Amino acid sequence: MNFITIDKNDWAAGIDQLKKTYLVFGPVQDENGCQIKPLAPDVQPEMGAPATVMSPKSVLFPQTEKILTATLDESSKDHHIMKPVDKNDTPRAVLGIRPYDAKAVQLVKLNFDNPDYKDPYWCDAYDITTFVGVGVNRPGPCDFSTSAGCGPFSEQGLDVLMADLDDRYLAKVLTPKGEAWAAACGFDTPADTAESQTLFDILQKEAEKQINTAISTDNLAQKTILDLYEAPFWDDVAFSCINCGTCTFVCPTCWCFDIQDETKHQTAVRFRNWDSCMSPLFTHHASGHNPRESKIHRVRQRFMHKLKYFLDKYDQGIMCVGCGRCVASCPVNIDIREVCNLMNDYQKDK
Amino acid sequence: MENPYMPYPVRIDNIEVATEDKSLKTFTFVFLNPGDEEKFAYKAGQFAELSIPGVGEIPIGIASSPVEKGFVKFTVFRTGVVTTHLHNMKKGDIMGIRGPLGNWYPWEKLENKNVVIIGGGFAFTTLRSSIVYMLDPANRSKFKNIDVVYGARSPGMLLYREELFEWEKREDINMHITVDGTDDPEWKYHKGFVPQVVEQNAPAADKDTYAIVCGPPIMIKFTQPALTKLGYQDNQIIMSLENRMKCGIGMCGRCNIGKELVCKDGPVFTLEEINQTPKEY
Repeated sequence: MNFITIDKNDWAAGIDQLKKTYLVFGPVQDENGCQIKPLAPDVQPEMGAPATVMSPKSVLFPQTEKILTATLDESSKDHHIMKPVDKNDTPRAVLGIRPYDAKAVQLVKLNFDNPDYKDPYWCDAYDITTFVGVGVNRPGPCDFSTSAGCGPFSEQGLDVLMADLDDRYLAKVLTPKGEAWAAACGFDTPADTAESQTLFDILQKEAEKQINTAISTDNLAQKTILDLYEAPFWDDVAFSCINCGTCTFVCPTCWCFDIQDETKHQTAVRFRNWDSCMSPLFTHHASGHNPRESKIHRVRQRFMHKLKYFLDKYDQGIMCVGCGRCVASCPVNIDIREVCNLMNDYQKDK
Repeated sequence: MENPYMPYPVRIDNIEVATEDKSLKTFTFVFLNPGDEEKFAYKAGQFAELSIPGVGEIPIGIASSPVEKGFVKFTVFRTGVVTTHLHNMKKGDIMGIRGPLGNWYPWEKLENKNVVIIGGGFAFTTLRSSIVYMLDPANRSKFKNIDVVYGARSPGMLLYREELFEWEKREDINMHITVDGTDDPEWKYHKGFVPQVVEQNAPAADKDTYAIVCGPPIMIKFTQPALTKLGYQDNQIIMSLENRMKCGIGMCGRCNIGKELVCKDGPVFTLEEINQTPKEY
């Protein structure tokens, strides 16, 4: 475990250096708030920016992505035969990712990289991406990450964890990818390990103290799926929901997608796009039958997937990292913390 | 790394109208690349994504049987964008097949057992695959009695009619073909709904008998009590489910019933398993 110290006066030059070999993503602010985006050559990441409105999941899982293509021109020898599209395999570095978002990548990985199938688009992007996180010194009011399996200084899923010390960053290099990133930036001033770790521990404690909202998940595993599914509170939970899907779009762990074909002239392209379990079309059969026909079904599906199905399927905790984006963005104030606690406390009447 | 979204290119080798109302057609495909047929090795009960570039994909049960070589066959009901397009395609056209996908009927568990196959309407495709598999001379001795209850609205709506009537003549399979109704005076098989024919003709359960049920929701709903009456336990009733699917490999997230993904953990489940999940199918 190496610590390096980075003077903020040297930061911009290091990032410019990095851009020669990496595709660099970082927080930038525009009319849509703060987002993690690919940085234009003359743009520096706004490291002190507030939490991003959208999670950075699109770095590995773009909102719309070409996956296959074919020519429909029958005079061509390989017409109607699908081929993979060209991919950009330049290494990527994501700067300023929050620790809970890096943990979310690890949860999403369970879906896209499993013993039966590997999603080549997500997995290839993951393999070439380096996550450089910054500890959250001042967590926001909706942050409940400490009770959702990570926290403001969690190292899970990160290649580098940096602490912002006003005039400098103290960076804990966690993986070989992190070492390669530091070398590409030319950051190589070592810091004392014991001293640095003590500083990290203090900052972590300070940050965690500021998080005063929590979920309880300790009883979820022992309840049966059917008991929770049939619990009486789903009508109330779903009552105000307008099925807008905002929660699923801002969520760092929502991975559901749709596959659609488009044609232009003689070229067919198969895309995948983010989809949402809040949409009735998501499960609508061609026959007209819809197994999740009401919004109660759909709201229940979202919470049951995150807090029960995922837990039971993988035994790796819940599919939520406590970033609080869905809480902050929901137009009707549905709060996953309340729903989680309802589920955790639920006792079926005997 | 194999790309699970890449279909194998195939050519439509034959198209047959399967029912009198022309709403179902049976498509026979041959693989363009000789090695792909081997890679597509499947078991009866599995499905595949039929993949038409520029139009889309649909999950369809494989109607041909693993013992039939040189082609794969699918019987498709015309209902949405992709199936309508497919119905308008012609012999010789090129498209793709992605799979095989999902699990299959539990063939190892069914060895040395009596098997009762119950199907209705156009949900008979993977059941046809299963029957052809079991009747193959290399396999028939692995199974004890085979009973088949298959019903459709009318004689002209029965799939694979010629095969059905051939099987009817055989000694090693008990066919119970039925139609909801017909005014054909020559009709010599059952008349009546599948659940009632099951109750009257299917063998009573013992520990060595399993039922495989595949059909429209209404048929399944009324067949369950008939089987229970005959003594079948929930773990002796094997069902194949369908749900809207896209990826077919358990990633896109829409086809789940509880924590089970119909496309990957299914589509074949026992009734005992289904009873543990929300009824979202």
